[in-house]
Order: sequence, then structure tokens, then C-alpha cells
Amino acid sequence: MTTTSQKGLDAEGLRARVADVLAAHDPATTDRLEFLRARYDAGLAWVHFPAGLGGLDAPRELQSVVDAEFAAAGAPDNNPRRIGIGLGMAAPTILKFGSEELKKRLLRPLWTGEEVWCQLFSEPGAGSDLAALATRAVRDGEDWIVNGQKVWTSSAHTAQWAILVTRTDPDVPKHRGMTYFVLDMNQPGVEVRPLRQITGEAEFNEVFLTDARIPDAQRLGEVGAGWQVAQTTLMNERVAIGGNAQPREGGMVGKVAATWRDHPELRTPELRDRLLALWAEAEAFRLAGSRLRQQLALGQPGPEGSGMKLAFATVAQRLAALELEILDEDALRYDDWSMRRPELVDFTGREAGYRYLRSKGNSIEGGTSEVLRNIIAERVLGLPSEPRTDKDVAWKDLPR
Amino acid sequence: MTNADLLYSDVETDLRASVRDLLTDRCTPESLLARVESDEPYDLGLWRTLARDLGTAGLAVPEELGGQGASAREVALVLEELGRSVAPVPFLGSAVLATSALLGCDTASAEVAGLLRRLAGGEAVGALAVPLSTMTDTGFPGDVTATADGTLDGTVTSVADGTVADVFVVPATSPDGPGLYAVDAATADVAAPVSFDLTRRIADVSLRGATATRLAGPDRAPDAVAGALTTGAGLLASEQLGLAQWCLDETVEYLKGRYQFGRPVGSFQALKHRLADLWLELVGARAAARYAADTLARGDADAPVAVALARSYCAETAVHAAEECIQLHGGIGMTWEHPAHLYLKRAKASQVAFGAPGRHRAALGELVNLPA
Repeated sequence: MTTTSQKGLDAEGLRARVADVLAAHDPATTDRLEFLRARYDAGLAWVHFPAGLGGLDAPRELQSVVDAEFAAAGAPDNNPRRIGIGLGMAAPTILKFGSEELKKRLLRPLWTGEEVWCQLFSEPGAGSDLAALATRAVRDGEDWIVNGQKVWTSSAHTAQWAILVTRTDPDVPKHRGMTYFVLDMNQPGVEVRPLRQITGEAEFNEVFLTDARIPDAQRLGEVGAGWQVAQTTLMNERVAIGGNAQPREGGMVGKVAATWRDHPELRTPELRDRLLALWAEAEAFRLAGSRLRQQLALGQPGPEGSGMKLAFATVAQRLAALELEILDEDALRYDDWSMRRPELVDFTGREAGYRYLRSKGNSIEGGTSEVLRNIIAERVLGLPSEPRTDKDVAWKDLPR
Repeated sequence: MTNADLLYSDVETDLRASVRDLLTDRCTPESLLARVESDEPYDLGLWRTLARDLGTAGLAVPEELGGQGASAREVALVLEELGRSVAPVPFLGSAVLATSALLGCDTASAEVAGLLRRLAGGEAVGALAVPLSTMTDTGFPGDVTATADGTLDGTVTSVADGTVADVFVVPATSPDGPGLYAVDAATADVAAPVSFDLTRRIADVSLRGATATRLAGPDRAPDAVAGALTTGAGLLASEQLGLAQWCLDETVEYLKGRYQFGRPVGSFQALKHRLADLWLELVGARAAARYAADTLARGDADAPVAVALARSYCAETAVHAAEECIQLHGGIGMTWEHPAHLYLKRAKASQVAFGAPGRHRAALGELVNLPA
């Protein structure tokens, strides 16, 4: 039998490493957390990460081989949808900017899901213009003291840790005076309140920071370089958006199509033409997503990616709106307005009224459709930007 | 679907480059505008170069029948470029419609093979004698009757590229059922009504005891005609995509250089957002058009869905792009001297070709189980 150190970093080598983990920790009898820790320690958590931090410095594409092997063996996974912010945003940023000590301390429980992460970026006064943020961090010996308010924070009520962008120098233009930290959420200066939405439920939170403390060792990047660090986080967020292959009639269009098929008595020619126009649009963008993935597979990323979220939001909203019209009298009813705290959000879950209301967020969250149109116009089409009045003004002198 | 290749291959990209080079050189907006009101609205010199020298007339025709042995994917690519330049050449009528109808006949027959060879080699221009607006699923056309000895009578209106056709491929009903016939254009009475589309003209074709050669009988003729219409509808989406791309590119460039209120008008969000939306529509249209071309090329079972999707979606994209092009150019976009109107006329006329988008959406509804 070959030893682990002799196994190569090709698909075969990784399969052998997976087999070793499965042999030493039978998924049927091993505690879930113990199994996930063993997988991490074998470098099979995210194979493109460095050795010792859950990876093997292997090509990222080989991750799917590893995931498939573990899934086929009935091994538990780390429930990636529950810890998406940690996996997709915090981890790559910590990897790039964190000290060795921080990486060792934070990445393993992040990946296993023992410690949930949230993201403290948006503020009531800093939405599309994130760089205008006002949460202040002031140096106090080896610590920083933080005061301010963050908003739209998923998972804040279950999170142990947060990635946080603060204002550390109000006297320079806004992009230059920010600093990025890792914040321990379990401390007296952190108060989390649910933020109730138009659906009745509260997926998100407001987070109030009152003299919250952060050791300087939990700073990511240089003082004043928070914007550059945040770009890494946001770029990784965008990699995740628009990504997954869907079958025909996957997502919202499938829900409306099912309603149409279930209710012959509600059909009219006018509704049918609108439904089919949206069906065609949804299918065209599903195919565009396939096209994008085919380009990526050849190492030729196209600009189409910038548009996928914009298209998704527009089509989903119009489909959800149409479904209520199809439902006619049933559109007068709603399933439940009571305040809930869902752990996972399903845009196409619950009933038509909920789907309609929740879809309103699709064109706001993760970059508004208006900001996305600016990005397409400027970066894809090369149109000039609007004249800017805020670039060379000290943050404290900006109108607000 | 899993097998669909939605990209452009290297060979396709090379083909695109040669066609675009030729059109950039020989089909400028100035030459187009000069030609549309002349006695020769079609550029048959350009057509000969395109058809013979570049071999595009027989792209989807097997090599043993004088063609290039390529597929609908390559034909679609040529259409993209032709749409981009609204080139006045009879590619749709001859290389797509008439040729597809002939490929649906028995190509072992000398008459069929002989005519295919002439069309594929660019020696003759063909046209399928059906109104351009014929919906793909309306059944066998009933405008022309054939006698048992093979003479044709009847009138077919709005035949695409009919004014420059050397030979008409005519669906006609004979005593023993539907048939497909070849008629020498010299024996037909071809009238040229005023076409809304200045760069693809229509013809009204009257046949009075015209001598015809039978190409297919009741066993093949209905499928040959339906197949040609379906192929035409699916591939026209690529022409519409190319047209829309020109409109977008031209408008973007114009808005970068046009100054009002002391700044490029392309810096105003009110205009940028419209172009971003149009660009996004083209992303969808490109995927839909490629999917239609690829499924047609492979004879995939999903081709009818792909064609209905591409036809309905890309037709709307082309019209939207041409309308935005006019509006965002402002006054100059409304003039005869700017070529934008040629694109609008092509886009709007092509919207009803092979059935208007609403009809294709209705057809789609039957195909994907969203019944009325």
C-alpha cells in the first residue's frame, strides 16, 4: 500500500487519498464533526488551499472529483449552503491576507461549520456606495475599538465570527481610509437584531457595534487598505453567482409552469403569451449560462457573467408576478405573515405570494440591478463613467 | 441539450473572419445606400464572390453534391455576418430556403442533384416559392396547382429574394397530391412590389401553364417544405443576432463620441442602462441562436423547441436593437443618409418571417406542454 506522501495530485492520487480517509473513518460509524475534521486534516477540504490548511496545493478543478468520491461513499458534507459566507467570502480573504496564526486558528472550524461566519459590510448609509461606510475603528493600544451599525447581515444571529470593514481615517478620501478586520461576534459590544422583511420573515439582521473590541492581530491587510481587501471578498462572491447548471424549467419558471398545468380553468390567451415569452427568456438565459460555463471550461471567460445575475433577477420577478395573476382569486391569500427566522433561504419556496415578495430582493441584494447595469456599460461596453464628485474629497467632508 | 455546443469553433471563427473581411470591403453603408434606389438593389457581384469564391452557397450541401459538407452551424455563422451588414444578397432565399428544400428531396434523383449542384456552386440563384411570412407549421402551401403533365398555375406573393432568382422551387398540388417542382424564372411572371425591407426584396410570382420539373412527390414534398421553413426560421435567428450586434456596437460607438451638456452622452446613466439591457438581451439571443443552429446541425430531437425559442426571442431582440439604435442616435438616426433605417427595415420585416414571434410562442407552448 502506498503512503499518502507518495500519492500524486492528479485525480487518481486524490481518489487514493479519499480512500485512505474513508478507510480510517468509516462514515457510517464516525461522528460527523470528527469525520469532517479528518477530511480537512487530510487536505481534502478544498484541495487548492495550501497543505496544512485543508488543502494540497492541487488544481481547483479537482475538487469536484474529491466531492463526488465522498458523496458516493455516503460521507457527511459540511452543509455548504448553511456556511456559504464563510466558504465563499471569508475563507479566500483570510487565506490571502491573514497571518499564519489566524489561518491556523480560523479556517478549520470555518470549513467544518463548527464556527459560522457573517459579513459586516453594508450600512444604512452605505449600500451601493459601500466605500462611504461610517463604522469607526479607533486604535487603543493592542486593540481597536469599534462603533457603528451594519445591516443586511445574514447569519449574524448564529455567527461566531464576522468579516468587517471599518473607517479608520476620516481625513482622507473614502477609498483610502478603511481597514478590514475579523470580529468575534460573542462579546458585549455586539448586538444583533432581526430585520423583518416584506415577506414577514427575517432572514437578515441589523448589527449594532458599541465599543466592540478587536485585537490588532485580527486585522487583515494594512491599516487603510480595507478597500483592496474587500475587493478580494467581493470578487469571490461574484465567482459564486450565476454559476450552477440548471435543468430546463429549473427555478422560478418551473413553479409558474406547474401552476399553469395544474389550473386549466385559469388559462387565458393573454396570460399564455406572457408566460411563454417569459419561459423563452428564462430558457435563453439558462442556455447563456451553459454557454458561459463552456467558455470557462476552455479558459475563455466571457463578459456574459456580469449579466447573469441581472437577467436572473428580472426574469424571476416577472415570472413571480405573473404567477399571482394566473392564480386569480388565490392571489388574494398569503400563506403566513408571522415572523420567522429561516436558516436557509429558498427563492422558489413557500407559496406564490411569498415568491413574488421575496423576488423583489433579487434586484437589490448582491449588487443592485442599477449598479450591475453601470458595470456592464462601463466595463463591457466601454462607455464613460458619470462625472464623480467624491473621489478626491476627504470622507468626513462628503455630503450625507 | 447536454451535447449542445453553444460556442464558435476555430473553423467557424475563421469562416466568420473571411466573410466579414469581404463584407467590410464590398458592402459599406455608403454603397448600400447608393444601391437601394438603383436598378440593381441586389449586389450580384458580391453574391458571386460570396457564393463561389468563399463557397458559402453550398455550406450545408454534401461534397458529393458540389457543396462544402459543413452544417447548419456554419450557415448560421454566415447569416450572422450578413445580418451585421444587411448585405443585399440572396443567401436566405437560395442558400438556405431553396437549398434546404432540395436537400429534403431524393438527392439520388438527377433533377434534384443537378439543381442542388448549380445552387451550391453559385451558378444559379434559387428561391422557395412561398410567402416569406409563412408560419413553419401551417401545412402544405395551396397557392399553386400542378397538372398531371407537370405545368403549374397559381400566384405566390412575397417570395424572398424572388426578384433575382434564376429558378423557383415551387410547392404545388397535383392530382396525386402535393409535389415540389422546379420552374425556370424566365417562364414565370415575376413582379417586384415595393418592399418594406430595402435590402431583402420580395417578389410576387405568377405561373400560368409554366413548364416545371417535378423534384418530389407526395411522399417527400410536404416534409421537404416544412423542413426548409423550420431550417429557415431557426437560422434566421442568427441573422437577427448579427443585425442586433451591429446596432448595439454602432450605438455604443456613437454615444462615446457624441457630446451634449459638455460630456459624452454615453456617460448618462439613463442611456447606459438601456444599452446594458440591450447587451444582456443579446447574451440571451446568442445562446438561443447557437442552440437552434446546433440542434438543427445534429438533427437533435429538441430542434423544434430550439427553433421556436430562437425565432421568437431573436426576432424581438433585433427589432428592439434597431429601435434603440434609431432613438439613441437622435436626429441623425431618423435620416435617410444614416444606415440605421436599413437595419430597422430588415429587423421589422424579418420579425414576421416564417411566422410572427407570438405564433412561435404559441407553437412553443404545445411543444413544452404549456397548453392553451
